[in-house]
Amino acid sequence: MSASGPFDTAIVGVGATPYYRRGGSAPQTITELAGKAIIAACEDAGLSVKDIDGFAYYSGAGAGYGQSMDTATFMETLGIPEVTFSAALTSGGGGSAGSIGLARAAILAGDATAVVTVMALQQVKQRLGTVFGAVAPSPENSFLQPSGLVGPGHLMSVLARRHMHNYGTRREAFAEIALSSRENALTRPKAIMRTPLTLDDYFNARMIADPLCLFDFCLETEGAVAVITTSAQRAKDLRREPVGVVAAAHGGVREWGRAFAWYGMPDEYFASSGHAPIARRLYDRAGITPDDIDVALIYDHFTPMVLMQLEDYGFCKKGEGGPFVESGAIRYKGGSIPVNTHGGQLSEAYIIGMTHIVEGVEQIRGTAVNQVPDAKLALVTGGPAALPVSGLILGRMA
Amino acid sequence: MSTLTATLPPAGIQITTDSATEPFWLAAKENRLVAPKCADCGTFRLPPSPFCPNCQSQNVDWVTLSGRATVYSFSIVQGLPGQPELTLAAVVVDLPDAPGARLVSNVVDADPGAVEIGTPLTVDFVEIADGWKLPVFRVAAVAGAAGG
Repeated sequence: MSASGPFDTAIVGVGATPYYRRGGSAPQTITELAGKAIIAACEDAGLSVKDIDGFAYYSGAGAGYGQSMDTATFMETLGIPEVTFSAALTSGGGGSAGSIGLARAAILAGDATAVVTVMALQQVKQRLGTVFGAVAPSPENSFLQPSGLVGPGHLMSVLARRHMHNYGTRREAFAEIALSSRENALTRPKAIMRTPLTLDDYFNARMIADPLCLFDFCLETEGAVAVITTSAQRAKDLRREPVGVVAAAHGGVREWGRAFAWYGMPDEYFASSGHAPIARRLYDRAGITPDDIDVALIYDHFTPMVLMQLEDYGFCKKGEGGPFVESGAIRYKGGSIPVNTHGGQLSEAYIIGMTHIVEGVEQIRGTAVNQVPDAKLALVTGGPAALPVSGLILGRMA
Repeated sequence: MSTLTATLPPAGIQITTDSATEPFWLAAKENRLVAPKCADCGTFRLPPSPFCPNCQSQNVDWVTLSGRATVYSFSIVQGLPGQPELTLAAVVVDLPDAPGARLVSNVVDADPGAVEIGTPLTVDFVEIADGWKLPVFRVAAVAGAAGG
């Protein structure tokens, strides 16, 4: 492994609100939830909120769907005196991990010194599960919305079906991802789902968009998470052991493009996660291979997309994701590559990818609830979604 | 459960158009399935868009297709909020006479179990809101036997 510190930038603070079921965070507002997470992240870092001079969002600074965050509002309400960088990655949750790369770019360019990435989410006005059926049809989505594929899970069920057809992938593989995530959540005080899930529970569950059932879908939760990124130099003087940004990448290739927002992908991309080009760039930049990753925090909005990311990130060969996960390979206990040790979006909470960054930080600090012994490198991913999708490798500074 | 597949309640299905997509919907009103083909390089594209992604030309021939399609992938949607009895076969279809272009649609009036990857389909049209018609698909009749 050649990815060793020192690195140019580091995550120095993470903070979060409690996680709530849909509707449970009221009467707090998006600004209040996000503000609490930002304050908590600053306290974790040993920084004053007044030290923040940059904002690096993703999802176009949207707070879930239908609400948004705004830098000027944060400055006004939190008393941040001056901001020298404020930008967002485009599209949706695919940019979560990559937003740390946006923060890094601002710091390396000299545009900002302490950059916050934040996501806050409430789902009372519009639940994510049916978001695409609720928006007014644009000329583009007039070619999609009438089909009744009303939410991201419905859309991705069509990709899962093709993977099953191409490679013989079984529902048992999707079940294993749900069961493994649930087992990891059982020990997590903040997790929403803390009762064991059995294979019988899985196969007896309601089908939502066949081949996907209730437990293939992530949770519809609420809350906020913030992360502070600074230069490696500045990180040395702060409260916590810095977590190095080893590599970050976002983007993707045209063949994936709008992905399940259109379904135009050629066959070799259709039953995939769109992450293969991100994986190549991350590993190249870090100078490592998949074997060097100690823990993988894989964006898990829907179980089959975890399986397809495991393939695209090279933990197994293309098409072999089913047998790979069914072998127990992703289990925290006994697996060859522990996946979503925090319970993920399937069982801990869904804050559009931010909980994976927090878990990556805690694994590298050595403070995770389900700590992977001596974890040195953590992979964090954002998406699959319409481009950009993104990835992040975190590591120890020295 | 032997509920036949349907569409969303048609009167509630809305579409909007722009200059690139309007010819598709105007043809559907006449029960014709059409697709834009680049007039310079021959590349089909859907949904209709202002440029050919292969050669960037804006010249388009609108080709009337046979209406034949095959299921590339699909999902059986079992109930939606407020519509628990609804069964949808949402399909992504390949169009053999517009290679490279796909449509996202529904297979209607079928046993959900009769929809598989590769199932041959034929187009039909359903009246939706505001006087528009939506292309949908039926399982193709095979060798004299009624399909679906």
